Amino acid sequence: MSAALAEAPPETRVHYLNADYGIKSWLLTTDHKRIALLYLASITLMFFVGGFMAVLMRIHLIEPAGALVHPDTFNKLFTMHGVSMIFFFLIPSIPAVLGNFLVPLMVGAKDLAFPRINLLSWYVFIVGAALTLTAIVSGGVDTGWTFYTPYSTTYANSQVMLTALGVFVSGFSSILTGLNFIVTIHKMRAPGLTWFRMPLFLWAIYATSIIQVLGTPVVAIAIFLVGLERLFHVGIFDPAVGGDPILFQHLFWFYSHPAVYIMILPGMGVISEIITCFSRKKVFGYHFVAFSSMAIAVISFLVWGHHMFVTGMSVYAALIFSVLSFLVAIPSAIKVFNWTATLYQGSISYQAPMLYALGFIGLFTMGGLTGLFLASLATDVHLNGTYFIVAHFHYIMVGGAVMAYLGGIHFWWPKITGRMYPDTWARLAAAIVFIGFNLTFFPQFMLGYLGMPRRYATYPAEFQVLNVMSSAGASILGLGYLIPLIYLVWSIRYGPIAPANPWRAKGLEWETSSPPPTQNFDVPPVVREGAYAYGPPGSELEGAHD
Amino acid sequence: MTEASAAHTAEHPPYLAHHFTDIEQQNESGTLGMWLFLLTEIMFFGGLFATYAVYRLKYFEGFHEGSHHLSVQFGALNTAVLIGSSLTMALAVRSAQLGRRKAIILFLILTMVLGVLFIGIKLNFEWSADYHEGLIPWMGFHVEGANAAAVRLFFCFYFFMTGLHALHMVIGLGIMCVLLRMAAKGRFDSGYFAPVEITGLYWHFVDIIWIFLFPLLYLMGGRY
Amino acid sequence: MLMLGPHSELIAALQASPGIPIFPPRASTVAEGVDQLHYFLTVLTLFFTFVIFTVIFYYMVRYRRRSEDEQPPATRTLMSLEITWTVIPTLICVLVFGWSASLYFRNANPPNASMEIIVIGKQWMWHIQHPEGIREINELHVPVGVPVKITMTSQDVIHDFFIPAFRVKKDAMPGRYSSMWFQATKTGTFHFFCAQYCGQGHAAMIGWVHVMTPDDYAAWLAGTTRGETMTQAGERLFQQYGCVTCHVADGSGRGPSLVGQFGKPQKLRDGQTLIVDETFLRRAITQPNSMPVPNYAPVMPSFQGQLNEEQILQLIAYVKSLGGEERKAKGQ
Repeated sequence: MSAALAEAPPETRVHYLNADYGIKSWLLTTDHKRIALLYLASITLMFFVGGFMAVLMRIHLIEPAGALVHPDTFNKLFTMHGVSMIFFFLIPSIPAVLGNFLVPLMVGAKDLAFPRINLLSWYVFIVGAALTLTAIVSGGVDTGWTFYTPYSTTYANSQVMLTALGVFVSGFSSILTGLNFIVTIHKMRAPGLTWFRMPLFLWAIYATSIIQVLGTPVVAIAIFLVGLERLFHVGIFDPAVGGDPILFQHLFWFYSHPAVYIMILPGMGVISEIITCFSRKKVFGYHFVAFSSMAIAVISFLVWGHHMFVTGMSVYAALIFSVLSFLVAIPSAIKVFNWTATLYQGSISYQAPMLYALGFIGLFTMGGLTGLFLASLATDVHLNGTYFIVAHFHYIMVGGAVMAYLGGIHFWWPKITGRMYPDTWARLAAAIVFIGFNLTFFPQFMLGYLGMPRRYATYPAEFQVLNVMSSAGASILGLGYLIPLIYLVWSIRYGPIAPANPWRAKGLEWETSSPPPTQNFDVPPVVREGAYAYGPPGSELEGAHD
Repeated sequence: MTEASAAHTAEHPPYLAHHFTDIEQQNESGTLGMWLFLLTEIMFFGGLFATYAVYRLKYFEGFHEGSHHLSVQFGALNTAVLIGSSLTMALAVRSAQLGRRKAIILFLILTMVLGVLFIGIKLNFEWSADYHEGLIPWMGFHVEGANAAAVRLFFCFYFFMTGLHALHMVIGLGIMCVLLRMAAKGRFDSGYFAPVEITGLYWHFVDIIWIFLFPLLYLMGGRY
Repeated sequence: MLMLGPHSELIAALQASPGIPIFPPRASTVAEGVDQLHYFLTVLTLFFTFVIFTVIFYYMVRYRRRSEDEQPPATRTLMSLEITWTVIPTLICVLVFGWSASLYFRNANPPNASMEIIVIGKQWMWHIQHPEGIREINELHVPVGVPVKITMTSQDVIHDFFIPAFRVKKDAMPGRYSSMWFQATKTGTFHFFCAQYCGQGHAAMIGWVHVMTPDDYAAWLAGTTRGETMTQAGERLFQQYGCVTCHVADGSGRGPSLVGQFGKPQKLRDGQTLIVDETFLRRAITQPNSMPVPNYAPVMPSFQGQLNEEQILQLIAYVKSLGGEERKAKGQ
């Protein structure tokens, strides 16, 4: 079927990018593919905003007494770095860019279930981002992205309300996106596409969407109440007027822990797609990986207390949260083993997406295992609030989620733009990112165990060597992120034209042209085989295995 | 119309959006979407309810005293009004299913009247009385006594929760205006009534939230 | 595990080497246990990371694509493999959880006859109070080998008292008390830090624990000027703020007598029963109307804002001391 599709070069063929021109055709589009690109531009901006703050912080931390900024400014830098990276880059990234682009293609539909709500979600995101950027330029906020009370309600003299409003608004973008994906996956699958024939990326997006829909409203209320407390001195979170600051932490972490799974699950979905394509093998243990995604989504709602082990909770509550926190690690371990086993007897090629995916598996393993140190009560007492935590979550978020995001961007770039990027540069950048990343964050594990607390603008001199190592690594990491920005933008205009399926991958999105037409498929697809049907002909019949 | 567009309409009715394959898919998607949205609303209000529960346990007497300031009569009247509006809304949905244009319009208007009545009673009899009695925490609050701080906290919750609920009602009324216009133009028939049905779901949910708010806020003071 | 024991030459060499330190000093009774668990987890992490990277690298080389027409064999699921790599991680997690929980449980309860110290965090300094009346700012002198129980609170926002060398940490929160304990095993000077972000001066809210031999500690106590003891200060405040007018010792006043009440259960009007501990007393002083007691009218005014955290703790020390002779006689 794919051979019959238009293989005429993009200039002469009509596809979603040239179907209509003009700013209105972009700002009022309901085409999920164009909305994905609108998100791509917005979150890339927020990534470099947050990244710039990280650069300033790492320069500042070269010296124990602080090399660059006043402590007040440093406090604002780490806060705004966290807010912009978490709410405005990581949470939308894969779902809003790759998910928006691919979900309708992968289910064989013409668009998402609610295209106008999709556009609305982007505008809501923009409003949230605009409010937050305004807060950044008009003085910044210094509460930490966690907004702990009563500091944020009563003591902070910075743009708390504006930032809180920005985050609150952006939450609705996340909810609407998740809602759209759930309905699309339930109701709009092509004929023959049963649940267990879906690519694992869809399972991952589905699990993520469930978390987005259930968890985000709770943090919305938490932030809403902080705002009300700040305005009216109500007495909900401020103990000086009878409130309970720990209640805020419960409400906040009830969302923010599942939120970290919003950030990693889609990345895991991307890895499943890349590993299978670049080893030309069906994934090992498809059902296990699919069910692991769902298990992670469910268990993630039960572990929030592990962020609060040193707040004085009862020993018994601590034990329960600790057990569940260990439990949530198991499905992730299962996935890592299944991905590794997929490579066995494969036919492996090393283009940039595969390098990012393989790097992900190793770094996610390390980041995930360092989570065990924190699920374990005795060690968490020592490590909580130190750089060990910072290293742990950056291994997962940067070594994991960002690498998966970059791998996915590279993998689907030809489909999205109709152009190939220069793979040599891409592999070089992937290597630079991997090296720079480890140099930046590995020393932070050591700093943490030595006792250096996080969010410190100045520190005792004995921590300097490790801080300097980390800052040196950060410069390499930053370079590694700039290089793709350059060649990807370059490739849009000057890259070689890409065929419909440059990687010879399986999946409905590859059975339409690159870039796809606005309606995605010239002929609505019918699915007759399972996902990742890379095996010898006849071996992938339903029921022949698994 | 031309042959092509007649054929187009036959296989592709005007109310079927182009990205759906058939009207069943469209209807089911819309309904599932609304249920999911209501689920997020449950989590949203749920967070507020949980916080209210924590403080009710902590400031038991103060919250009782605060609750005593509320008018159970008007609250009960409003409950009846809102349940009535759910009935009229269900009748509007039924009328839409049967394609009865005049009935849809009638029941939608009745629902909206009852909704406006609810808000009117709240504003005129409850909230303005609260203002005059000095019960609004940020507008001249003056309550004396040992439990004053807790009473103030109770009223913060009261206004947040009923205010958020009222906001949802106003949004619902706005959606009904749109439905009214669509109904007046004859857009609904037995083949296409999903918007009314989905709005009905939303309105019933708003009603159910009130059915939880009323006992939690008005009746927990134990004076009946 | 032998290699990782406390007397390993490797560890000693690492701790002595200049440049990049690896571990903080081990100066408390719990430090060794925490370190051993940490070593195990580190080995586990590095081992599995190494295994995964090695296997991936091996497969990358062994199964690299040699021609575009290569057709790999079909993937066959192996249930036994899936079960194995589900069960083994689960068992490891159970082991680590059990080990960690037992350490945590042991460390949760201070031994009796602990020396008690009060720590109050405020932006941006630590105010430390010995019961004998000595006050310190950002310094804590303690004797070696003696269990020390720290009761903490905050004057403003959430802080956290963290002593890396002892491997202990606890949040100091406004409006409530938290406690932790340690027993130092080495003399010396060790850092403490605030480990919960608290504003502009968060990184400046650091200080030193001085662990001294018992003789040196006694000398330090004797040689340091002191103010009133906590109990004396509390008694003065009890008079000064008029508590004594209602809380008459023989129970004839408008408020209940407080003699011998500390540690006893108290029933509230709403039916729940609470123990009269530090948290109870603090709440009674700052929010008396949140806990009305039977038989007494709820007329006690709130002292929120009139007394700072130090003064509240002094009052509590005084109330604790009331009826002490009686309790000692009863052998409590």
